[in-house]
Amino acid sequence: MSTEYKPHPEDALSHVEEPATVYPVNPPTKSLDLLGWARSNLFGSIPNTILTLVALFLLVETLPPLINWAFISSVWSSATPDACRADGVGACWAVVQNKYRFILFGLYPYEEQWRPVVSTLLYIFAVAVSCNPRFWSRRLLVVWAVVVFGSGILMWGGILGLPYVENEKWGGLPLTLMLSVLGIALAFPLGILAALGRRSDLPVIRSVSVVYIELVRGVPLISVLFMASVMIPLFLPEGVTINKLLRAFIGIVLFTGAYIAEAVRGGLQALPRGQYEAADALGLGYWQKTRLIILPQAIRLVIPPLVNQFISMFKDTSLVFIVGLFDLLNTVKTALTDPLWRPYYVEAYVFTALIYFLFCYFMARYSQYLERHLNTGVRR
Amino acid sequence: MTEPKKGRSGASFLNDVRVRGIIAQIVVLGLFVGLIGYLVSNTIHNLEVRQIATGLGFLSREAGFDVSESVIPYSPADTFGRVILVGLLNTLKVAVFGVLIATVLGTVVGVSRLSSNWLVARLATVYVEGLRNIPLLLQLFFWYALITVSLPNPRQAHKLAEGWFLSNRGFKFPWPVWEHGHTLGAIGLLVAVAAIYLLGRRASRVQAETGRRPNVLIPGLAALIGLPTIGWLLGGAPTAFDVPALTGFNFSGGALVSPEFAALLLGLSLYTSSFIAEIVRGGIIAVPWGQTEAAVALGLRRGMVVRLILLPQALRVVIPPLTSQYLNLVKNSSLAVAIGYPDLVGTANTTINQTGQAVEGVAIIMLAYLTVSLTISGFMNWYNGYISLRGGR
Repeated sequence: MSTEYKPHPEDALSHVEEPATVYPVNPPTKSLDLLGWARSNLFGSIPNTILTLVALFLLVETLPPLINWAFISSVWSSATPDACRADGVGACWAVVQNKYRFILFGLYPYEEQWRPVVSTLLYIFAVAVSCNPRFWSRRLLVVWAVVVFGSGILMWGGILGLPYVENEKWGGLPLTLMLSVLGIALAFPLGILAALGRRSDLPVIRSVSVVYIELVRGVPLISVLFMASVMIPLFLPEGVTINKLLRAFIGIVLFTGAYIAEAVRGGLQALPRGQYEAADALGLGYWQKTRLIILPQAIRLVIPPLVNQFISMFKDTSLVFIVGLFDLLNTVKTALTDPLWRPYYVEAYVFTALIYFLFCYFMARYSQYLERHLNTGVRR
Repeated sequence: MTEPKKGRSGASFLNDVRVRGIIAQIVVLGLFVGLIGYLVSNTIHNLEVRQIATGLGFLSREAGFDVSESVIPYSPADTFGRVILVGLLNTLKVAVFGVLIATVLGTVVGVSRLSSNWLVARLATVYVEGLRNIPLLLQLFFWYALITVSLPNPRQAHKLAEGWFLSNRGFKFPWPVWEHGHTLGAIGLLVAVAAIYLLGRRASRVQAETGRRPNVLIPGLAALIGLPTIGWLLGGAPTAFDVPALTGFNFSGGALVSPEFAALLLGLSLYTSSFIAEIVRGGIIAVPWGQTEAAVALGLRRGMVVRLILLPQALRVVIPPLTSQYLNLVKNSSLAVAIGYPDLVGTANTTINQTGQAVEGVAIIMLAYLTVSLTISGFMNWYNGYISLRGGR
């Protein structure tokens, strides 16, 4: 019996020799060692190398003298500027040591300055809590009410055994913080109303909103502040006066409100039409629809631009300097009128710039975090 | 299912959306008009009590105060109207230079932030983050102090070359004594620019028809150099220069870049450039990666990819936010008043202080800025329409 040979398919294959060719292997795309990294990121091509060398040259030229000026040969502590006048001495940080109380708190009575410290901390605490999306609820409003009320009591005093301090003497960082935080708190509802008005079907309401938004956005903040400080006294009936701080504050709120309105309008326009129609179909009235359906979604969409608006507002409060308020910028300017320390303006400005920078940089990073977190960055 | 009742239901007509809309509008209008009327009547009353004149008559009265720099001839004997015009022109001067410098700087930094060169990208990031997180006013004070405190006084001025001086009174440099020849040369320059524009249009048309672009560079350069030279020669080739010289405690003669202008221009350009850099970066990122790959596949070099493929497409994304940055720059130039540059707000403010006519002064400021803003956004909207994709949407 001959058995028919049935070649097994695998046997057939097993007789085929593996090809001896070596498959081409791609070179490693990324080398993790420092040299490889430098080769691909710094010296990849001839123009790249030239750029790197130019940048390196600039750094070598500027960085060591800068570090030497700021840290190594600088004077950190001295009661008089004499120590800074010697040859070869770098930055005179002693100006900050001597003036920081005035820069931070302005004309506030010296022995009472723990009060602005505490209210500044209160504000920073409230802002920090508000930054966490986990705490976004109605209870946050209670926190804010407590903070605003508490810091008001602290700053004014007059009760609980605290001596009264009129708000002409407020200044420095607490004033900057209060103007920007309270400014945005009041400008926010105003902006929402103006944005809703601009999207309204009612021609009168729409034109009032458009005129307000476009008029304010077309002119500089300075002119709004001038208007607030010069014209508000004219607007009021005879005998009624309001102080400089409040006038500047009104100007800031009116100004910021228009910009917030435009940001919110972006969110209103980005909402799908179906949301409006669905709310109508449910039989909700205009305010129910707006409050329950539209605004919660629209504002969520525009939180990153709103944070950016807050950053620019924080920087813009420095303009109240022009109408004579002692904000952080005016206090440093005033501190520098002291002829003894006048030559060390760079150090004082750097100190103030650092404060502004820390706040703004933190908020900018926070805005980027929010964009990722809320995943709204792709929009608009 | 029952048919809904036709006609009016039992509900009050107050539930009709249209009626409610009309009522709401009447209420808002009433409140608005009432508020305005109340404020105006208070204002008129207050102005009467303080015996402040109203109306624009003050514009033709003699100003009586001097301004430190002006584009057009000005003396204290001129009118308030003219001093406000001087301020407006000063604002426009700093705005034009500022927009140009900020755009160039911002584009360079924005492209650098995306550079494959790690060091360059990092430096650009430091530049952007550092500049845009510090208030502009603080930066202006810094630059102004740097110029006025740190530079030497005119007697010890840095002498860069014969007649070029850098001191705490500003930057002085020689300037040709204006004669007929210069006017003709300037006309030649204008003609050359117009000719280059026409040449470019013709080149594009020829390219569209034949596929080959005629050379524009050489005739263009020839026109740019040749025509002004011909005008200058026709006018007698004047060569006189007004060279600054130290007389007493300050320089006389020559042209001057004042410390105020320099500080304002520097601060505005750097601050705005950091925002423009971010806009440019965003615009380039918005161009799909496939475009870059396709360009590389066509064999374009890196620089050409950026210039011919990425930037033209990014421009469409970039123009609207860029417009608002230009508007911001113009509005921010009003911070000039803090360092004493006589811009529109500065001169109008002095006018308000001298005449007491705050309402008119503030109205003039706002009107002027509104006009400038609307002009810029109008132009940029036209440009946006010009470069945007036609058809398809």
